[in-house]
Amino acid sequence: MVPTAYYLILAAVLFSIGIAAFLIKRNVITIFISIELMLNAVNLTFVAFAHMWHRVSGQIFVFFVMVVAAAEAAVGLAIIISIFRARKTLNVDEIDLMHS
Amino acid sequence: MQLALFIIFGILAVAGALNLLFQRHPINSALSLVVVMMSLAVLYWSLGAEFLAAAQVIVYSGAIMVLFVFVIMLLNAGEEERTHGSRAAYSVGIPGAAAIFCLLSFVFLKERGALGVSNIGGDLSNATDNIAQVSEMLFTKLLLPFEVTSVLILIAILGAVVLARKEH
Repeated sequence: MVPTAYYLILAAVLFSIGIAAFLIKRNVITIFISIELMLNAVNLTFVAFAHMWHRVSGQIFVFFVMVVAAAEAAVGLAIIISIFRARKTLNVDEIDLMHS
Repeated sequence: MQLALFIIFGILAVAGALNLLFQRHPINSALSLVVVMMSLAVLYWSLGAEFLAAAQVIVYSGAIMVLFVFVIMLLNAGEEERTHGSRAAYSVGIPGAAAIFCLLSFVFLKERGALGVSNIGGDLSNATDNIAQVSEMLFTKLLLPFEVTSVLILIAILGAVVLARKEH
């Protein structure tokens, strides 16, 4: 017997750590990893609410989030590879093609 | 039993996430994320989502993280260096994340009574399993979105190949 609120608070903790990592990290791959952490935290809230309402719709939403995350990871990592080829760096401070 | 599972794997997930935040080398962050995803799979199972627990292990910590680790090794990513941008990020990032956490946990604790409690295994006592429920919904009512995701995956594969290709 665990209150559903505890699951949601755990998801909030993971989401906040994901936001902090997204803002603090300077490596573009680590920033991408923290986006995945935030997606996982949101998935946990979906599963907790699906459990609470006794519906499977929330679980199916998580399934679609997983599919989109897989597609996003493939495209995003391909973009990172092509950026690294052009700029020879992974530091986001030095990737400023659209800046000036 | 569910409380013990929740405490053990919740602490493991938070510890993995904090390790992700504090490690400097991207490969350590990626492996910490695998720890977080595996603990979340156990939590999904305890919430009665067996299919998602399996899919979490196979798709997330299997496929996606292997892709991440592969790219980190391919690009030979080293430790990140601190720059002037990271000091501003520290002064904005930590309070901002703390504020969002406080807001979310305030809302959840305020509505704690309305959210109720969760029992292990969920509503599956009436001899139907979770995979049957999910697949019935997915292949009847949501057949069109399911088929559209296959097109999405195909386009993502093509996009990844085009983007990562060497230009001549």
